[in-house]
Amino acid sequence: MVRHAEHVMGTVFSFDLRDQLDDGVLTDCVDWLHWVDATFSTYRDDSDISRLGRGEARLTECAPEVAQVLDLCAEATRRTDGYFSAMPTGQLDPSGLVKGWAIEEVGNRLVAAGSRCHSVGGGGDVAVMGQPEPGLPWRIGVVAPGDAASIATVVSIRDAGVATSGTAERGAHVVNPLTGRPATELASLTVVGPSLMWADVFATAGLARGMAARGWLDALDGYEAFAIAADGSAWWTQGFAAYGEVPHSGFTGKDQGRLSKLTES
Amino acid sequence: MGRAVAAIVSTVIGLVLLLSFKAHVGNAGTTALTSQHQRAHTTTKASRAPKAKPSATATKKASATKRQVTGDTADTNYGPVQVQVTLTGSHIDDVTAIQLPQQSQRDIQIDNYAVPQLRQEAIDAQSANINSVSGATFTSDGYVRSLQSALDKAGV
Repeated sequence: MVRHAEHVMGTVFSFDLRDQLDDGVLTDCVDWLHWVDATFSTYRDDSDISRLGRGEARLTECAPEVAQVLDLCAEATRRTDGYFSAMPTGQLDPSGLVKGWAIEEVGNRLVAAGSRCHSVGGGGDVAVMGQPEPGLPWRIGVVAPGDAASIATVVSIRDAGVATSGTAERGAHVVNPLTGRPATELASLTVVGPSLMWADVFATAGLARGMAARGWLDALDGYEAFAIAADGSAWWTQGFAAYGEVPHSGFTGKDQGRLSKLTES
Repeated sequence: MGRAVAAIVSTVIGLVLLLSFKAHVGNAGTTALTSQHQRAHTTTKASRAPKAKPSATATKKASATKRQVTGDTADTNYGPVQVQVTLTGSHIDDVTAIQLPQQSQRDIQIDNYAVPQLRQEAIDAQSANINSVSGATFTSDGYVRSLQSALDKAGV
């Protein structure tokens, strides 16, 4: 088993590799993440995305992945009724999609290298493959906003991704692209599903949409969500219990409950 | 075994969130909290530069002996932060901060509250048997790096 933590994109990426892989596979993944950072970071003036955003470079002069990511952003905007945007505040910023996309691409590289059991996470989003022990899913704890020392829910998944968008770490940094104002109705939104990139997109868009995201999330095929509103109450989509632990038993998916600290699995 | 690492990460993120709640003014000085830790050697900054080889990769199983592992000192927005983890095998017995910013009264309050909370949550979180953590943690804080580096070195 190999564990590795890499500081990149302003956060920590965590690798938990359970299969024996060739030397260099992890290095390749890590190098690629740094390349993604150099290409897509809006904090770097010389990144392709910053230069493109300022009109100093044409799309054809950028790495081909830039066009690929922007195409995915356009699809994300369509699939989220506009609540995901690559220009949330008027400036080109595909960050809401890039991190999840990068994690998923790393997962693809690991699978191509023969890995069938791994967990790759970055900045609060986690993609997993296989089972860490026979018969057991990967268990991912979701930190509660507002009560920073608590775990709000635990998601048990395999071959899937879990992404959380929230206001606790960086404040109301997610902007509702339709209004241009910071989204504040939800403190945290966790989305689970087969693609981490889409889970990340839906979590970001759902947070931007606020309480009204619930109906949209319920209607999404294959993706389930767990939300914590600004007042601390929790709600979740009808299929969420298949993935995650909810604050009280006997839920029907229509309940809302106060958070309680989970101390036992 | 790997759950211990991830369980700790959830708690570390808790402290990250606590630290981010406070308004910090100016540069923080630091005070070593435990006098018996005389750091004779200079501690290394966590590097942000792209590296050809990954560092801190743990590949061997942890033994069952009791040991203490100290993370690198990490520079945060609030000042240098360094943690120490006491392990028996891969089980986390204790977490202490051996270096935290102590410039303002608010810093001291957080040190007195957050560190014991961190310790308790680290031990509680182990029972949840989680492998990893999801949360609104996009920005990394030096504290995460420090503890993560300690545990990576421990090979848990």
